[in-house]
Amino acid sequence: MGIAALAQSMGITLRALFSKPVTIPYPDAPVPLKPRFHGRHVLTRHPNGLEKCIGCSLCAAVCPAYAIYVEAAENDPNNPVSAGERYAKVYEINMLRCIFCGLCEEACPTGAVVMGYDFEMADYRYSDFVYGKEDMLVEVEGTKPQRREAAYTGKPIKRGYAVPYVRPELEGFKPPK
Amino acid sequence: MSQAQDLRKGWAPNPRYLGLAVGALPMAGLAMAAEATPAAQLSATDPLWMVGLKAFLVIFGLLTAFAYMTLIERRLLARIQIRQGPNRVGPLGLLQPLADAIKSIFKEDLVVSRADKVVFILAPMISVTFAVLTFGLIPFGPKDAFFGYDPWVINLDVGLLYVFAVSEIAIYGIFLAGWASNSKYALLGSLRSSASLISYELALGISLLAPVLLVGSLNLQEIVEWQHQNGWLILYMLPAFAIFLLTSMAEAARTPFDLPEAEQELVGGYNTEYSSIKWALFQMAEYIHLITASALIPTIFLGGWRMPGFMEQIPLIGGLFALPYLWMFAKIALFLFFFIWVRGTFFRLRYDQLMVFSWGRLFPLALVWFLLSALVVAFKWPVALLGWLSLLSLVVFSAYVILTAKPKPMPRMGAGD
Repeated sequence: MGIAALAQSMGITLRALFSKPVTIPYPDAPVPLKPRFHGRHVLTRHPNGLEKCIGCSLCAAVCPAYAIYVEAAENDPNNPVSAGERYAKVYEINMLRCIFCGLCEEACPTGAVVMGYDFEMADYRYSDFVYGKEDMLVEVEGTKPQRREAAYTGKPIKRGYAVPYVRPELEGFKPPK
Repeated sequence: MSQAQDLRKGWAPNPRYLGLAVGALPMAGLAMAAEATPAAQLSATDPLWMVGLKAFLVIFGLLTAFAYMTLIERRLLARIQIRQGPNRVGPLGLLQPLADAIKSIFKEDLVVSRADKVVFILAPMISVTFAVLTFGLIPFGPKDAFFGYDPWVINLDVGLLYVFAVSEIAIYGIFLAGWASNSKYALLGSLRSSASLISYELALGISLLAPVLLVGSLNLQEIVEWQHQNGWLILYMLPAFAIFLLTSMAEAARTPFDLPEAEQELVGGYNTEYSSIKWALFQMAEYIHLITASALIPTIFLGGWRMPGFMEQIPLIGGLFALPYLWMFAKIALFLFFFIWVRGTFFRLRYDQLMVFSWGRLFPLALVWFLLSALVVAFKWPVALLGWLSLLSLVVFSAYVILTAKPKPMPRMGAGD
């Protein structure tokens, strides 16, 4: 019979009582994410503003969930979209199929598609889970439902996470304050 | 005119019977015949409407305290487990009890089709009714402290006896619930809990015999008064206090002894088949038992509503400490916190451990202590002897604790904190 141990355990719980809870009150407070979190994809740009994606479809080829669809087109030499010969005219990822494994990022020869941080993509319609270029380019903030809600309420987009730093692959990506 | 006055006179000077009348309506007849009984007049008499009002206040206060006790307990347990606890309903979660109440009232109220319906419905009511009945005895201050009336509902000479009698009846609620459910799990659960409750009731009763013997009265107010003159009973009755603390935890079915509702490892208990508000009534009874226990312990052992004697001596602020309700509420809160703390710390005892602890440890200890104090009282030895005996028992207990303490294990390699 370790009565001393019982008394000791009372001390442990008393100390715990006065310690700060580890709970993260998520919708009220941002979730702390690690810099290498696999969230919604980001299509990055070169510093001069040209898209990195050259429409090679390697990401679509490597994707184990067949979530990516790419349709390439020739660049207009006078007014190029991307830095290569071709660019992605259509670049769609079905977020319902995507397993966020990050193989697309590994396969990408130009570092165009990078795993970002957004994860709040819950929505109502299947079609709303297909993210196109206009939803994933690096300057776009938040996910589709978040942007829809912000447009509806007129408030700024609220992203529910915080990262200590953004890894360099996400060139030009601005994390939430 | 004279008849009516006589009748009122028969009612009025016997607050003891008035209390009973309020507590249990069938007893009202007794009050008529009470004129002849010479009452030990500790208190001025309150009019009947006042007693009724106070009874209402006590019940209302107990139910509110129960509701907020659940919230406070959940918050404190959460903090012990480094969580936050319920904080969504209202500011700081303060409306959570309201939400719980609405939920449990509007949940589907299942009644088992083969159950004994009358008893099934009656059982939670019995539980809660007899849980509520004991609290009125507890004095909250000197007489006339409640706006010129007495701050207690009943002043019974049989005080403690009444408390035990009524809290024993509450076990019927548990037993009948299990029996009426017509379910083997509920029946086994109810047998288990009534067995454990009755076992602990023995040690509980005997541990209180010693203070009663010393004070020479079952009346709670006389016990408080005795402590005012001679010092708190915990100084003379430390073992009795310890046993009473442990057993009242078991009486309220609190965690180290909460086999009655071991929902994690056994299929619930007596309340397996209950749902909705009936289940909530059982919970309510349990918490009211707990609140009553944490009001009884300070009343019997820690000077009741009086402040510690040495504080009265402090020249300037001594009067500040003398607020009538403050000390009682503080002491109740202290013990409620203690019970929550214990619940957050300890695991549940196994059934055989539970029984061995009651019959093998607490019961003999209570008996030995009762015999010792009976000797002291019988031979009119000085009361201080009991104080020394308490100290001795504390020393023996500490020595036992230190001797049985296991040596600290070596720190593990790489356990970095």
